[in-house]
Amino acid sequence: MVRTVIDPVTRAGSGLRVELDVAGGAISEAWVSGTMFRGLEATLKGRDARDAWLLADRICGTCSGVHALASVRAVEASLGVTIPANARLIRNLLGGTLMVRDHVLGFYQTEGPNWVDLKAAAGADANATAQLAKLQSDRAGSTPEAFKAVRDRLAVVTADGAPGAMGRGWWGHPAYRLSPEQNLLLAAHHFEALDWQRNLMRIHALMGGKDPHPQTYLVGGMAVAAPWGGPKGQTGRDHPKVPDRNAPDALSTEGLLLVEGILAATRSFIDQVYLPDVRVLAKVYGDWAAIGAGIGAYLSGGEFPVDTGEGAARFLPAGRLQAGRLLSPQPVDAKAIGETTVHAWYANPNGDAALDGPATGGATPVWPANLSLPLTTLEGAAKYTWIKAPRYDGLPMETGALARVLVATADGRQEIAASLGALLTDLGLTMEHLPGVLGRTLARAVEADVVSHQAATWLADLRTNLAAGDLAIADVTWWDPSSWKAETDGYSLGEGPRGTVGHWVGIRDGLITSYQVVDGSTWNASPRDDSGGRGPIEAALVGVALADPARPLEALRVIHSFAPCGGCASHVFRPTESTR
Amino acid sequence: MREDGVYAAMVRRGMTRRTFLRFSAAMAAALSLPAAYGPRIAKALEAAPRVPVIWIRGQACGGNTEALLRAANPTAANLLLEVLSLDYHEELLAVAGADAASPLAGLASRYPNGYYAVLEGSFPTGAAGAYCLIGGRPAVDVAREVATGALLTLAVGSCAVDGGAPAAPGGITEAGGIGKVLTGGNFIALPGCPANPSNLAAVIVHQLVAKETMPTDLAHRPLAFYGNLIHNQCERRPHFEFGEFALEWGDQGAQRGWCLYKLGCKGPETMANCPDVRYGEKISWNVSSGVGCIGCHSPSFWGAMGPAYRRLPSPLPFLPNLTTDLVGGAMVAGIGGVAVAHGVGMTIRFKRYKAQDRRAKAKAAAEAASATETPPTAEPEAAAGTETAAAGTGER
Repeated sequence: MVRTVIDPVTRAGSGLRVELDVAGGAISEAWVSGTMFRGLEATLKGRDARDAWLLADRICGTCSGVHALASVRAVEASLGVTIPANARLIRNLLGGTLMVRDHVLGFYQTEGPNWVDLKAAAGADANATAQLAKLQSDRAGSTPEAFKAVRDRLAVVTADGAPGAMGRGWWGHPAYRLSPEQNLLLAAHHFEALDWQRNLMRIHALMGGKDPHPQTYLVGGMAVAAPWGGPKGQTGRDHPKVPDRNAPDALSTEGLLLVEGILAATRSFIDQVYLPDVRVLAKVYGDWAAIGAGIGAYLSGGEFPVDTGEGAARFLPAGRLQAGRLLSPQPVDAKAIGETTVHAWYANPNGDAALDGPATGGATPVWPANLSLPLTTLEGAAKYTWIKAPRYDGLPMETGALARVLVATADGRQEIAASLGALLTDLGLTMEHLPGVLGRTLARAVEADVVSHQAATWLADLRTNLAAGDLAIADVTWWDPSSWKAETDGYSLGEGPRGTVGHWVGIRDGLITSYQVVDGSTWNASPRDDSGGRGPIEAALVGVALADPARPLEALRVIHSFAPCGGCASHVFRPTESTR
Repeated sequence: MREDGVYAAMVRRGMTRRTFLRFSAAMAAALSLPAAYGPRIAKALEAAPRVPVIWIRGQACGGNTEALLRAANPTAANLLLEVLSLDYHEELLAVAGADAASPLAGLASRYPNGYYAVLEGSFPTGAAGAYCLIGGRPAVDVAREVATGALLTLAVGSCAVDGGAPAAPGGITEAGGIGKVLTGGNFIALPGCPANPSNLAAVIVHQLVAKETMPTDLAHRPLAFYGNLIHNQCERRPHFEFGEFALEWGDQGAQRGWCLYKLGCKGPETMANCPDVRYGEKISWNVSSGVGCIGCHSPSFWGAMGPAYRRLPSPLPFLPNLTTDLVGGAMVAGIGGVAVAHGVGMTIRFKRYKAQDRRAKAKAAAEAASATETPPTAEPEAAAGTETAAAGTGER
């Protein structure tokens, strides 16, 4: 048995380390360790409950806005505020475009180098690649010249010893199976995706004012206001001239037209490039549908409310699927969620094995004395991560796109079922093939497809509302904290691109007194629990064959299929009073 | 033209001569240089060699990397992925594990002609650095090694500059910015949450072209980007001067695009070029989108500039209504004075915040020390950990 350490796990946020025991050419045991801890919840204590979301959003700059939304929702729930329809639609637009962006960039940037041999692409025939592209779609720009330019570029950056981000890939690894032309096709689209996402995220800069970390979220709605139709200021000679920045107001006719154009460009890239590329990959690596299923139990907090008000139905429904019963969704009860620190670097006054609810639990970060720095191995360490182990009714749950798509399908949602059905039919797969590495990639494709369509509907609804004279954007009748109950608590459960996001908040006299986050990556990158049950990524890694244990490419495929974010996962805790 | 140089790399990237010249002109604008400098920048870039970049992330949310990926014309992504050679970056490397971290060992021999260091995120020294590890080593040690040997170090984003969010009041990991890593030497601070990517690109180009560090203020911030109050560049400033304010979110003032000062905008005390460079290819910035500045380019802003929605207090305590009186409309001439006074107020407030912060930390250290005398639990691991944390505090 050989211990293999992957640290850093690149393309997975900050601070993710994986240790593997390899025996007989396969992974026999796995440990996922979060090695970065920030304690942001401690800094939230004592802050004004209305601006806590600003700091909470700094949990993640990649899923930017996800934690802002979760935080304002938790505070809104504690105050009993209902947001106006326009605010709901703008939040859906921001969250939806982020999800689409994350799935597509995740496919090319995060997962791409695990499947696409960029160095082999440098030996491709540009003409043949252009013909391949023509089979996908009649997209302009898929010319032999364009592919030749990418090929020449790749030859330079992947040459032996070449400096740069692509110079030291595990190129030539036996697990790479695409043809040189397929490699070149996907590599070229990787670079295009970087440009594509930049355009898409302009929606966030326009409606959020800043990107990443949009600034227009507001407890009670959104801060971005519909523009006034008439003159902006008092007219007359004395009024100073207002400079024209040559940029439209977010909710003006021009602003919404701009968003519409960006969404259309987004769609055409998904239809003509991304979805066909997913099919190319899935056909070549079809056997990966049966690898890395893991625990097979799924959780979705539900996202994109279709109506205002607490408990409104969500476009992607909330639900939970028990292992082996993927067609019978169960309701989600936030009270069933608990976290244990039995294998994490914390001390819990209630005992490390306790499964504490996020609203009430407490733990103090403690680096164990038996681990010395620099860390060479976690072998034999009972505690091995900064990530706590969240459990639902004591059981680990996989969260993310696959969980959402499975729950939505079991729930009978037509849009998801139709897109998923078309993709599976084309690939000759069935629902049974979804739990696994390939299934996670396919679920992201389905979600990007459906949500990017739905975004156009949200935009249309927003336009209709504004045109009809409904300019309400925020409910601030309760804005003054002196009007609040002295003690109030709330929580929110929703979905970011990478999984279920829950925020629990306690407010006393207008100020935050307790805060706790359980993020999608906390669920997926969770360590073992008291019963020894592995976390989802750990479970999925066990049994995976490695062609070359010194270059564990197959392990990366499993890890990245969960789209984990080390930074998001491991900051979460609620300090006990003793750390204050 | 050098074949291994910047211009050759841009041509390989598919950049045309015309685009290259436009890029150079945009760089001139970003550096606050007259347009005539565009061709000179182009000429200098043609001869500039590619420089390796080591990008170290500590306690980072990844927002500054993301900002970089959003940058357009000139794209900072081009700059870093190809024009410079990004030899280490956890989020962008194709390879993982020890093979990814190999450039971090033997920096001097690997880069005989030098390299640039970029720091993102804060660096904790609590628990002997165990709160943030890179390849099993404390990130603060890795960053120190990398930054010490670099031709130039850029601290990108507020966390890398002064600790940012992990070092906000109440923070428990002893996080800090570049001050934890470098005691002196050559560095540039680009605070902001996130730092604006076009500023980052401009700093790098300036370095390549002028072969010297940009002129900076005492806080090591480039004057070209951090030399002017947001308030003085804001498109809503005329409404401030005329006494036109949004008073409630979504009200008629907000719809008319009036000044956000009374809803807590920190623009009058924040030095940055946000109104000019903006985000999303200049499509918007927070005030354009309808929400005030939170002061994220200011030192220790999570503590010093909050709460976000509280109106900035009067800069002069003995005249509590000074500002509102002034902006009534008639006394427009006094506004320049208010801006100056706010600058003074900002300094006073920051110093006051720092003093509070020091007192709070001293108190926490004293409490931690007394806690060590009576370990909270009998578990040996927990007790040892408390000692480590207390030792970390004691060093300060």
